[in-house]
Amino acid sequence: MQMRRRSPPLGPCPAAPQVAEHRQPAAGVAGLYWIDNPAPMHGFANPARFLRLARWLTPLLLGSGLLLASGALLWGLLVVPPDRLMGDTVRILFIHVPCVWLGMAGWSTIAISSLVELVWRHPLAAISGRAAAVPGAAFTAMGLATGSIWGRPTWGTWWVWDGRLTSFLILLFLYFGYIALANAAQRDAAAGSGANRVTAIFGIVGAINIPIINRSVVWWNSLHQPPSITMGKSSIDGTFLWPLLFAAVGFSLIFGGVVLARMRMLLADIQAEARLRRKAMA
Amino acid sequence: MSTIKPKHQRLVLVVIALVALVGAGLLAAFALKSQASYFYLPSDIVAKPPEADRAVRLGGMVEKGSIAHSPDGITVQFIVADGKARVPVRFTGITPELFVEGSGVVAEGHLQAGTFMADNLLAKHDEKYVPREMRDMTKAQAKAVIAETK
Repeated sequence: MQMRRRSPPLGPCPAAPQVAEHRQPAAGVAGLYWIDNPAPMHGFANPARFLRLARWLTPLLLGSGLLLASGALLWGLLVVPPDRLMGDTVRILFIHVPCVWLGMAGWSTIAISSLVELVWRHPLAAISGRAAAVPGAAFTAMGLATGSIWGRPTWGTWWVWDGRLTSFLILLFLYFGYIALANAAQRDAAAGSGANRVTAIFGIVGAINIPIINRSVVWWNSLHQPPSITMGKSSIDGTFLWPLLFAAVGFSLIFGGVVLARMRMLLADIQAEARLRRKAMA
Repeated sequence: MSTIKPKHQRLVLVVIALVALVGAGLLAAFALKSQASYFYLPSDIVAKPPEADRAVRLGGMVEKGSIAHSPDGITVQFIVADGKARVPVRFTGITPELFVEGSGVVAEGHLQAGTFMADNLLAKHDEKYVPREMRDMTKAQAKAVIAETK
């Protein structure tokens, strides 16, 4: 699969961050971006183009996500009737379910980014994987906490070591490992070393847990109930389902906004570091 | 073969690694099939009764009409069934709120002379979420009610 060569920006592009600094000669620093990145085989993406997009997309995603999520949560908290068995406890669902979905979506983002990073050496892919790790871990932790709070009145226990709960706790630990690995690689990686690749490999290997989480309630007897929404069918009544879907979309928009904001931050970090290194060399 | 692009070579390597990884994961999950279950079903318990002093978990549906309260007020007896086998359970203590007939339950305890002596009861929730007002209605009735309130 050949990456399409990006059309060069029209004018000089001094703001373009020098990603993957070590791959290019130090010459031509202030020149046209595409001269700095001739990309004969890698087809490096143009981070300047991404930054232009992310600059207005980040606040848009965050704003609309906050609006939608808070609306859906108010709907679930104030309008929706109590459940036949659980009563008011059902309202935790509107936070818990989006959180666990995004906990898994976060690792899926890491896995896909890692794949693109390993195979196509796409500089933005490396950054998007690292950017998704912290919000993914936060949603996973929130999913565990809200699930525990839901479990106490519903099941009669805060925690059990069944297949679903255990595999989801492992997901949180995988996030911790990935974040530690990515930080260590960023701090210690010498130019051209494989340290960043180790992070990407860990991201792909950890993805094996995602289908296990998904299937855990089907493969093994577990205290956690089987999936309610499968292949377009839902055993959740419409009164609960609609606010749940709205909350899920709102939380996803927030997640996307946070990932974009963190990608911009990581790009700025790389850019600043590259400038420092250039100054030290000069 | 000598002119294969490094990009394609990496792609092939990653795909091979992924296939091996998924295969290993599936094998491990399959091997764990009986070990990683959280509880035994009544048919497992009847087919292979555990030793009397071994703590196990029993999970299934509380049979309709089987819950009987003892005169002491806190001991409850009921039957857990999975459609193939039935196991009588005795439990002393406070039952969870969702412990009702026709609903799922997980009991922790041990088997004693054919009766499962539970030390702890956990209610199992099913995957259905229905508002309280619509609990006893059929689908058509529920639709009619929703149409009325609109």
